[in-house]
Amino acid sequence: MSLSRNILLGGLLCLCVVAAALISFLWTPFDITQMDIPNKLQKPSATHWFGTDHFGRDIFSMIMVGARTSLAVALVAVGIGMGLGVPLGLWAAANSGSWLDELIMRGNDLIFAFPSLVIAILITAILGPGAVNAILAIGIFNIPVFARLTRAGALPLWQRDFILAARVAGKSRARISAEHILPNVANLLIVQGTIQFSLGILAEAGLSYVGLGAQPPTPSWGRMLADAQTMVSFAPHLALIPGLAIIASVLGLNLLGDGLRDHLDPKIWVMRT
Amino acid sequence: MLRYTLKRALSLGLSLVVASLVIFFVIEVVPGDPASFMLGLNAQPDTIAALRSELGLDVSKLERYLVWVGGMLQGDFGTSYTYSTPVTEMIGDRIWVSLPLALYALTLSTLIAFPAGIYAASRRGKPGDMAVMGATQLGIAVPNFWFAMMLVLIFAINLRWFSAGGFAGWDKGAAAAMKSLTLPAIALALPQSAILARVMRSALLDVLGEDFMRTARAKGLTRRQALMRHGLRNAMIPVLTIIGMQFSFLLAGAIIIEQVFFLPGLGRLIFQSISARDLIVVESVVMLLVFLVILVTFLVDLAYAAVDPRLRSRT
Repeated sequence: MSLSRNILLGGLLCLCVVAAALISFLWTPFDITQMDIPNKLQKPSATHWFGTDHFGRDIFSMIMVGARTSLAVALVAVGIGMGLGVPLGLWAAANSGSWLDELIMRGNDLIFAFPSLVIAILITAILGPGAVNAILAIGIFNIPVFARLTRAGALPLWQRDFILAARVAGKSRARISAEHILPNVANLLIVQGTIQFSLGILAEAGLSYVGLGAQPPTPSWGRMLADAQTMVSFAPHLALIPGLAIIASVLGLNLLGDGLRDHLDPKIWVMRT
Repeated sequence: MLRYTLKRALSLGLSLVVASLVIFFVIEVVPGDPASFMLGLNAQPDTIAALRSELGLDVSKLERYLVWVGGMLQGDFGTSYTYSTPVTEMIGDRIWVSLPLALYALTLSTLIAFPAGIYAASRRGKPGDMAVMGATQLGIAVPNFWFAMMLVLIFAINLRWFSAGGFAGWDKGAAAAMKSLTLPAIALALPQSAILARVMRSALLDVLGEDFMRTARAKGLTRRQALMRHGLRNAMIPVLTIIGMQFSFLLAGAIIIEQVFFLPGLGRLIFQSISARDLIVVESVVMLLVFLVILVTFLVDLAYAAVDPRLRSRT
């Protein structure tokens, strides 16, 4: 079955990236702050699996540590989006048709009207470059995504009998949202979460590439690419490897998201309840 | 249709007003006074005050906002703090790089995505479909600026078919200008075409299950004819939405791609202005980009109504 193949392949790729990030806390083949100029710009070899950069630093080690930055930025950005977007969406759905609902949804439309990258650049430019501001910039654009999705998933649920039963039992709208609506939209959120996670990794790489993401000495895949740009003609592996690392993580998350969506199909889920 | 258009136009206007307020006040919180930044550390307070008044910085925020918006309505975006040239002129020079680049990329993306999506939908579940879907998965995962570097490596450095960066300029002829935009446009178009192809495929597959498609087949059309004549038109709504959204991604994506190829577009202008604290330029360029995005959304809404008459009566 192709759905389990997606989950397996996607899960495997994600696992590799997460493992690289976690292991890098305890061990990397070389110290990434250690310069080794005599061995600079080496091609991949048995000693340096992915070669060395213009300072002679081991690229494999830098990729491992860079995975931390990518994952951390994207994870917290998704956390911001879910943490604020989901309650807003639940609130809007619980009070659907009210001015509050209208206000929340129009506010979301407005955020969507801004080219997200432009505003991310603006935010990091105003607050200064750095991983934290990159998280903030990416996170803000996750809020309307989750708010819309939660509202869309929650609205039809409010018409269902089990919600009516809960209301008859005297539960407040807020309590129903938390106890009955949220668990029923959780699948949607998990799937969207993996997609936003992968978009976050791409966005972080883009911001770091233009110098607005994580700052030296924190390694980041995007900045490794920026450093590689002027050397691409004589050391293509410097550009190739961080790019492949980004592709592997994004591909892994997307496959996992697709697989989970098929696996947790809300239609099947609703039928089961 | 008129009522629909008016209603959409009203919402367009409202979005623009709110957007301008947000942009103005977000940029106002930037630390650092442009006047003292321009004059350096040793400037006398009275010189700074004089420059502030010359730049129009000494009046209240509300007044400055109204002057800014009023000017824009008349096509006057103010004067750059650093270059002392009209911002309208600066934007005018650069928009002829960014806009053609975005449109070029959008055209490429559509030209790749439509056939790929239609092909995949017509071969659903077969190896052809799987191959297209696999390729689109990969296409979505590729960061466009990395793909741009790879294009430079292959086509500019190794094969020497294109230059590695820079813009020939429209005065050198359209062919030369388009040539220098070709690699950037391909880099921008690839991930977008992957998304568009997937949307096209799933929209077509949704339509294939409809009753009118069965009717079309029953009256003797082949699967292919039914798909082309009836399926495509009905699948256009989600596809148009994505094309509209992609325009904003392409404009914004162009900012990073312009950095890769050293193109003198709006993206480079934003970066230069941010580092020079040239707020008026930043404000105006961002406002222009938001205006373009909101305008495209408006046009897409109108296009829906043109494609699907049912929508006109619904709102």
